[in-house]
Amino acid sequence: MIAKPLRRNRGFAAALILFLVLFVVYHILHPRGFSTAVFIQNANETVAIAFVAMAQTIPVLIGGLDLSVGAVMTLTACLASYLVVGTPAQMIFGMFLTLLAGTTFGVMNGLIVVFGRIQPIIATLATGAIAMGLALLLRPTPGGDIDADLNWALTNSVFDFAETYGLADDGNAAWLQPFANIPVPLIILLVVAFGVWTPFKRTVTGRTLYAIGSAESAAKLSGLPVRRAKIAAFGLAGFFASCGGLYLAIQTSSGNADITQAGAYTLNSIAAVVLGGTSLLGGIGGAIGSLVGTGILRVISFYFRILSVDPLIQPLIEGLVLLAAVSLGALRTLRIKNKLEHFR
Amino acid sequence: MNTQFSVSPENKPIFIALGFTLVIILIGTGYTLITQGAAPMLMPSYLAQQLQIGAFLGVCAAGMMMVILLGHIDLSIPWTLTAAAMMATTVGGPWAIPAGLAVGLIVGLFNGLGVSVLRIPSMIFTLGVDTALRGLMVAHTGGFAPQTEATPLMRFLAADRVLGIPVALFVWAGVSIAIAGLLSRTGFGKAVYATGAKESAAFLSGIRTKWVSVGAFMISSLCAATAGILLAGYSAKAYQGMGNPYLLPAIAAVVLGGTHILGGRGRYIGTLIGVILIVFLNSVLSIMQMPEAVRQIIYGTVIIGMLLVYGRETTSRN
Repeated sequence: MIAKPLRRNRGFAAALILFLVLFVVYHILHPRGFSTAVFIQNANETVAIAFVAMAQTIPVLIGGLDLSVGAVMTLTACLASYLVVGTPAQMIFGMFLTLLAGTTFGVMNGLIVVFGRIQPIIATLATGAIAMGLALLLRPTPGGDIDADLNWALTNSVFDFAETYGLADDGNAAWLQPFANIPVPLIILLVVAFGVWTPFKRTVTGRTLYAIGSAESAAKLSGLPVRRAKIAAFGLAGFFASCGGLYLAIQTSSGNADITQAGAYTLNSIAAVVLGGTSLLGGIGGAIGSLVGTGILRVISFYFRILSVDPLIQPLIEGLVLLAAVSLGALRTLRIKNKLEHFR
Repeated sequence: MNTQFSVSPENKPIFIALGFTLVIILIGTGYTLITQGAAPMLMPSYLAQQLQIGAFLGVCAAGMMMVILLGHIDLSIPWTLTAAAMMATTVGGPWAIPAGLAVGLIVGLFNGLGVSVLRIPSMIFTLGVDTALRGLMVAHTGGFAPQTEATPLMRFLAADRVLGIPVALFVWAGVSIAIAGLLSRTGFGKAVYATGAKESAAFLSGIRTKWVSVGAFMISSLCAATAGILLAGYSAKAYQGMGNPYLLPAIAAVVLGGTHILGGRGRYIGTLIGVILIVFLNSVLSIMQMPEAVRQIIYGTVIIGMLLVYGRETTSRN
C-alpha cells in the first residue's frame, strides 16, 4: 500500500526517512526521554507552519509560487481573534467565517492569476501586501481574547480535550485510553491534510494540477479544466493558510499583524515544500510531503534546545542544513548524460 | 534610434510607469496645496532628498534586474546587503569599501555556482544562502548592532552633497550607466537576454550559459553590497535586518519597469522608472500621513493595477 507512492517519489521517501531518523534520535537524546508533554509541545510548534507549507505546496505544484501565504495566515489570525468568541456555536461559526475569508482571498489570487494573466509570484507579492495591510487595519496592536477553554483543549492531549468539555467521562472512558495521549494539534493537522488534500488530489481538478505542472500546453490541449484547477489551487492555498491562521490565533489567544513573522512563514514554507520532495518546477510532490518537510525543519530547531547549542550560531546551522538539504537535489544533475536535459 | 520613440510593446510599460509617476507627483502636490498651501514635492531640494533615499533601492534593483532577466531571482539580497555593510564597518579604514564589495563578489559567485552548476532553483538556493549569511552575521555580531562605525569615505558617498546634489545620486547614476551599457552594448548583455529567453537555445548557439548565470548573480550581489555600503554610510553604522525592506520593492520596481519575471525581456530605463515610481509613491503616502496598513494596501493595489494596465500576457509561452 504505502510502498508504491514511496517508490514513485524518491524525494518524499528520502524526506520521510530523514524525518523519522531525526525524530527518533531527538527523543533518544532528550534528557527525559519520550514524554507526552514534549510531544505535545513539538506538535504545537509545528501546526501553523505545517498548514502554511501545505498551502504553499499547491501553487508550487502548478509551477507557480504563492508569496502571500504568510500574510493570509496573519490576516486570518487577526480575523479569528475577533470572530472566535462567545458561545460555542458562535465560536464555530466564527471559525467557519475565518476559513471562508482565507479561502476567498485565495480564490481572488487565483482569479488575478488566471484572468489578469499576471505571473503568480508577482501577483501574490502584491496581494500579500494587501493582506498585510488588512491585517494591520484589524489589529494595529496585538490583541484579542479567545476562549481559554478552547485554547487549552486544542493545544493539549486528547485526554485534556475530553476533560475540558466533559466528554467520555471527563476523558477517563476505557475506549479513549489508547488515544488519550495523542496531541490534539497533530490530529487536527492530519485530519485536515488527509481529509481535504488526499480526496482533492484524486478529483479531475486535482489531477489537472499535476498535469499543469508537468506541461501546461499539453494539459490545455487535452481538454483539462486548466483555469478551474488554477483557481482551485490558489483557493485551496488560501484555505490551508487560514487553517494555520486560525490555529495560531487559538494557540496564542490573540491576533498579531507582524510583517516580519508573515515573511518568515512564507519563506520557511518554501523551504518545507522543497524538503518534502515537491519540485519547484511543478508537477511532482504533494502536500503530505510538505508536512514531512516541515517536520524536518522543526525537529532540527528542537535539537538546539537539548544539545545546548550556542544561540548565536543556531541561525547559521539552520541555514547550512537548508543549503545542504536542497543541494541533495543536485545529485540528479550528476546522473544526467545529455547536457540539454539540464535546461528543463 | 527611431525605435526609442515609437511605443513598441516592450516600451509600453515604461511609458505607463512614467505617466503614473507624474500622476503620483501631481496628486501629492495637489494634496499639499490644499492642506498646506505649498508644493514641497516640486522643490528641487525635496526631490533630491527623496532620490537620495531612493538610490539604495535603485542600486539593489539594478542588480536584481540582471538576475530576473535570466528568469532567476535573488532572494539573498537582504543579508548580502547587511553582511557587506557589517564587514565594511568592521574592517574600517581604506579597506572598508573593498571588503564590503568582496563580500558581494563571493556571495554572488556562490549563488551563481549553486544555480548554474548544481542546477538548484535560484528561489530556494538564494534563500538558503540568505539564511546562512544571517547566521554568519549573527555569530559575528552577537545579534546586536555592531559598534563599529562607517568610514568618512562611506559617509561622503551616502550622505554628502556636491554642488547641491547628493553624492549617492552620482553613485546610483554610475551603477545605472554601467548596467545599461553592459546590457545594451556588450556581448555579455546579449548573452543575458538570450539565456533568459531560452537557455537551451542559447547553449546550443555557443553561449556559455553557466558563466552568464554566474556573472549575473555576481553583479546582483555586488549591487546589493554597494547598497549596503551606502546605507551603512547614510546611517553611520550597520545594523541587523537593514536589508529586509529592500527585497520586495526591488523585485516590484524591476517588474513595474516592464521586465518579464520569467526572463528574456526588459530594458534598464524601465527599472530606473520603476524605482522612481516606488520612491514617489512612498513619499506621497508619507506626506498624506497614511498609516502603515493603508500604505500596504495601496502598494499592493498599485502593483496589480499597473500590471493589468500593461496588458495581459499570452496564456502560454511554450
